[in-house]
Amino acid sequence: MASTVVSLRLNGRPAEFLARPGTSLLSSLRDSLGLMAAKRGCAQGGCGTCTVLLDGRPVMSCLVAVETIEGASVRTLEGVAADDGRLDAVQSAFLDGFATQCGFCTAGMIMVAESLLAGNPDPSRDEVVEAISGNVCRCTGYASIIAAILDAARRKREVDVV
Amino acid sequence: MAIRRGRGYAAVNYPTGMNLGGDPSQALIHATTTGTFVVSLSSVDLGQGLKTVVAQCAAEVLGLPYGNILVDTADTDTGPHCMGTFASRGTHRVGNAVIMAATEAREVMLAVAADELEVDAGDLETDGSGFVQVKGAEQKRIHITDLALAAHFKQGRTISGRGIFLKEKNDPVPETGEMDPDSCQAHACTVAVVDVDDETGVVEVVTMYNAYEIGRALNPATVAQQVEGGAWMGMSHALFEATEPYYPARSHGPADFSEYLMPTAADIPEQHSAILERPAESGPFGAKGIGEMTANAPIPAIANAIYDACGVRLTAMPFTPERVLRGLDALTGG
Repeated sequence: MASTVVSLRLNGRPAEFLARPGTSLLSSLRDSLGLMAAKRGCAQGGCGTCTVLLDGRPVMSCLVAVETIEGASVRTLEGVAADDGRLDAVQSAFLDGFATQCGFCTAGMIMVAESLLAGNPDPSRDEVVEAISGNVCRCTGYASIIAAILDAARRKREVDVV
Repeated sequence: MAIRRGRGYAAVNYPTGMNLGGDPSQALIHATTTGTFVVSLSSVDLGQGLKTVVAQCAAEVLGLPYGNILVDTADTDTGPHCMGTFASRGTHRVGNAVIMAATEAREVMLAVAADELEVDAGDLETDGSGFVQVKGAEQKRIHITDLALAAHFKQGRTISGRGIFLKEKNDPVPETGEMDPDSCQAHACTVAVVDVDDETGVVEVVTMYNAYEIGRALNPATVAQQVEGGAWMGMSHALFEATEPYYPARSHGPADFSEYLMPTAADIPEQHSAILERPAESGPFGAKGIGEMTANAPIPAIANAIYDACGVRLTAMPFTPERVLRGLDALTGG
């Protein structure tokens, strides 16, 4: 079967590229578009490090056939910081709270947190745990990640009040 | 049928480095034209934080800001030799090699500054913000960027240093077996509190207390991360992880992340950690290695806590619900 042209909105900008049938969104991001934040951990939906937002919802991009999402809006970690490089609340909280070690899970953790906080500005600890339950971290023991997401929620609420 | 709570502890003494072929690591440092110091290593940082701590060591010795250090671990074919990052040796071996290299580079840096400022190198000091200055006359100073430019384009000198850590291989004394195979030992203790459900056999780790004597915490944030992340990994070994199937047929074995069980965010215990610092004479600024040991003590501590909770003594990991229930059955003759 022939490759098809896929058009997406990627981090707010139009993107167009060629994809062979069955190509995953993750492969397209990394191999066709050069966006390397989403990682290829297990390539079977078990580790969560390839998580990106598809029309605002977190998905494991290794499981999404890219030709099925023609015209969709995709957000990756590269599109989280402001255009001038200023980090957003989740990124700042991860940095300040040292919620990372080797960094391999971090992109997925941050994208899940972005999605959680967009819909729930004041999550409980249990809600944070549930949100990241599909994301594996082998270094941190998770406690610093949970704390950082709760901290990010506080930061976002304070900004919203001001 | 009830939830039974138990508490257990275990301690570990862990050697830093090994006794094979002298266990050496080397480091080279040189200044670029603008005063960035490149630390060249073959020692790989695969997430354990080696680049962070060796950059700290180099900055401390050179007397320069951390941002002036660039650690390059690009190529084990062309870089200075390193035995590898294992045996909890990275911080200790590579840190020492970097300190030695930075000490030599600092001497050249001060000699270049002495010529520029027309003073004796022995009268110079670093201010930690990027300047080399005359002791007691701080207005007479030169910035590291100007200094590096002068070395490259005026004085014709390389600001560089060589470092190696080598502890000679130690053979046992034939009569006594006595030997000195490692450089120092770190010590730790874990106390685990568990709940055992005597109906389902499920073990839940409620709390872990970690106490670590690690020489010196070169970077307290990465130390805390290593201790608590390692405790999580120990708990994961103790209760969940096995590559071999629980049952005789290979088809029962885990094939992917959905079957290879490990605790995720919902399973983590509360952790409390204490770091004790008793600097080791041989360590870089007194540091010992705490790479692997962090996953050690939690496992026997959890086994002991299960025994305390319900009297079942488990000796094979992982401590699965089935093994707990079989143990309970054996106790009651069921």
